[in-house]
Amino acid sequence: MNDDYLDGNALAGPLREIFAVDVTAAVGHCAGCGLTGPVASLRVYGPAPGLVARCPGCEDVVLRLVRGPGEVWLDLRGTVSLRIPVAEAPPA
Amino acid sequence: MRRLVWRAARLVETRDETGTARTLVFHVPGWPGHLPGQHVDVRLTADDGYSTQRSYSLAAPADGDRIELTVERVPDGEVSPYLTEVLRPGDEVELRGPVGGWFVWRPGGTAPVLLVAGGSGIVPLMAMVRARRREGSTAPFRLLYAVRDPARRYYEAELGRPDPGLGVSYLYTRTSPDGWARPPGRITLDDLAAGGWPAKLEPDCYVCGPTGFVEAAADLLLALGHEPGRVRTERFGPTGG
Repeated sequence: MNDDYLDGNALAGPLREIFAVDVTAAVGHCAGCGLTGPVASLRVYGPAPGLVARCPGCEDVVLRLVRGPGEVWLDLRGTVSLRIPVAEAPPA
Repeated sequence: MRRLVWRAARLVETRDETGTARTLVFHVPGWPGHLPGQHVDVRLTADDGYSTQRSYSLAAPADGDRIELTVERVPDGEVSPYLTEVLRPGDEVELRGPVGGWFVWRPGGTAPVLLVAGGSGIVPLMAMVRARRREGSTAPFRLLYAVRDPARRYYEAELGRPDPGLGVSYLYTRTSPDGWARPPGRITLDDLAAGGWPAKLEPDCYVCGPTGFVEAAADLLLALGHEPGRVRTERFGPTGG
């Protein structure tokens, strides 16, 4: 791979379009090598035809996101899990 | 969190930071506020319906409904020449945000902070410097700012004014001012050792700049013993503009 990439911070807008919380601060688990780290630290290639996020450890594709007219395709097959920080609701 | 929506943003003021960079102050009705380090997406749509968007870091804390971006003009870029040369006060663009929850500094923090900027990577770090000052934070800050030559420095006057608890050092990669002791060159271990904090103080480190700069600076910080979890990075792309 070349070094013509951005990082997972660039996914913040596209992911906030579909998720209710910020996913770039989530800890992802790579299906290729088992590395865990924030989505913000992924290597992101794009923008056309879509954003491809690769593991900084093994460079396997962890996430792909393609924005089309009226829909977003999100391919997470390279991700074992995402641990997503959420704000706890204050006690009633 | 609220739904992310495109908002109309009206340009109210501009300031030239260098020969190629301009700060744009927008009025964005209903702006929800943001954390230093967050960014926005800006969308331009042509009369024929063609539309394109770019991400820009917020350069300062929000002032009510007023927000600031600093945009570097990328030669042959699609968006930045329009924003820096064509857009006039009163004109509107579409903007959505704030986005990004990882490369942020929370003003309540008290840990020492090291900011390492390469070129236009200063922008989100300047938002942190300004938020620290505005909130009266006592967190000690050090900024290492690498630029090609002295004319490339953003926010030069503001960073030259006394700001207790903030230390600023410059690194020149191609041309230094006359009489400057350090020869021009890329960032080194010695630069980070001299201008940063010792790893044992467990500072929060934020590194922002072009991809190659960020990789180099982050590797040097790890070599100095900083915990990977305390080194946050944001890369500005070579493409885009």
